Amino acid sequence: MSETDPQPPEKPKGPIRRFLDASPDNVAKTVTIAFSLCLVASMVVSAAAVSLRPLQQQNAALDKQANIVQVAGLYQPGTDIGEAFAAFEPHVLELASGEFTDAFDAATFDDRAAASDPELSEPLDDDPAGIGRQSKYVTVYLLRDESGALDKVILPIYGYGLWSTLYGFIAVEEDGNTIYGLQFYEHAETPGLGAEVDNPRWKALWRDKKLHADDGTLAITVAKAPPPAGQDHFVDALSGATLTSRGVDNLVRFWMSERGFEPFLEHVRAGEI
Amino acid sequence: MAQTYRDMLVDPMVDNNPITLQVLGICSALAVTSSLQVAAVMAIAVTAVTGFSSMFISVLRSQIPSSIRIIVQMIVIASLVIVVDQVLKAYAYEISKTLSVFVGLIITNCIVMGRAEAYAMKNPPIASFVDGVGNGLGYGLILMMVGFIRELFGSGSLFGVTILETVNNGGWYVPNGLLLLPPSAFFVIGLLIWGFRTWKPEQVEEREYRIQTVEAH
Repeated sequence: MSETDPQPPEKPKGPIRRFLDASPDNVAKTVTIAFSLCLVASMVVSAAAVSLRPLQQQNAALDKQANIVQVAGLYQPGTDIGEAFAAFEPHVLELASGEFTDAFDAATFDDRAAASDPELSEPLDDDPAGIGRQSKYVTVYLLRDESGALDKVILPIYGYGLWSTLYGFIAVEEDGNTIYGLQFYEHAETPGLGAEVDNPRWKALWRDKKLHADDGTLAITVAKAPPPAGQDHFVDALSGATLTSRGVDNLVRFWMSERGFEPFLEHVRAGEI
Repeated sequence: MAQTYRDMLVDPMVDNNPITLQVLGICSALAVTSSLQVAAVMAIAVTAVTGFSSMFISVLRSQIPSSIRIIVQMIVIASLVIVVDQVLKAYAYEISKTLSVFVGLIITNCIVMGRAEAYAMKNPPIASFVDGVGNGLGYGLILMMVGFIRELFGSGSLFGVTILETVNNGGWYVPNGLLLLPPSAFFVIGLLIWGFRTWKPEQVEEREYRIQTVEAH
């Protein structure tokens, strides 16, 4: 356009055009920009969070199920987790009595939420596992063989290691005393040291260990040297991870004690489950 | 200084690398490089965030009030990071468990803000996008190099595939435990910077002081 061209007649500007042309530094514009940007950003973020939540929850649930299947020794590469998990019978257990309760639906009961719910949990004074509050109810999983007889019970355990709370499962045989496996599915211990709790070779050490000594006392321990009760109750501590090992020792002993699953395991030993 | 898009992509990888030359984004480079897989996902996440945040900020650049421009940039970056975090949790659950807080910490990664402030505020959207992606890739390149060294000598594997059979699993290789811990990345990055600057001496910074010779009286 040359300079001699007549200027096109000035069109009346709409409010949006006027707004965009205004200097970005006037106060009204600054406030409007800040507000509208926050609005748009919050909508984008909520849209992503809401639309992806079902997938995320499915992932988290699947991960937990995969760990239950693995700790029970039913997992092979290529196993369909959902199918394998269907073999397990979930039950909500009242810890103090060791009896199942029908007050909650086992399929939807949330152990984590229950542990911080003042109605469903109580604070711990003597707290070797470092968990603060203990839920009165937890979800346990039963595995039966073809004839319907109890094969294994899968019990949730958790406690503090060095940096983080370790969440896991312990599988106990139908005699209520022999450990089949132990596995953590969530923790943030040091990679290469404490995180070796995930090492298959270390996890295999738990197989066939006995919770109780012959005189009935709780004898299972994670330690650097075998306890007086003998090799059957001894899992070698992780080298380079003294504090994580101590944490695992404390949490296993806590959950297997009278305050944990012992009342329930008594029922298992009596063959009542 | 007319740069082609190709230059803008390649330049930040060697000649103007955000980690080795600008020494930005070191914190996350220490944390997420203990295995290659994690480093790769982190590199992709950072590249996506730098690219798109630069683009959006560039689109808005003439409208951003200068008094709140840093906050505006942060809002754009933070929103993108949350979206990336949510996507990872939905589609790469295992890896997002390993990356944990470090995805969220992309917000504080100096590279993202650095590109937004230094480039995207003054350049058109597509150029800003390419610049952001280039810098993300430059960061990713160093991450992968550090991850390669740390995983190979720390765990004896690459991408989780065993290369050196470790003693723990009945092999012969005694892994270097230091390489699994974040501080080891300091040594590796330091050596990389040394290597880069030996190869390209023009990257060596000028000394801030000079020892002067005293003239005899």
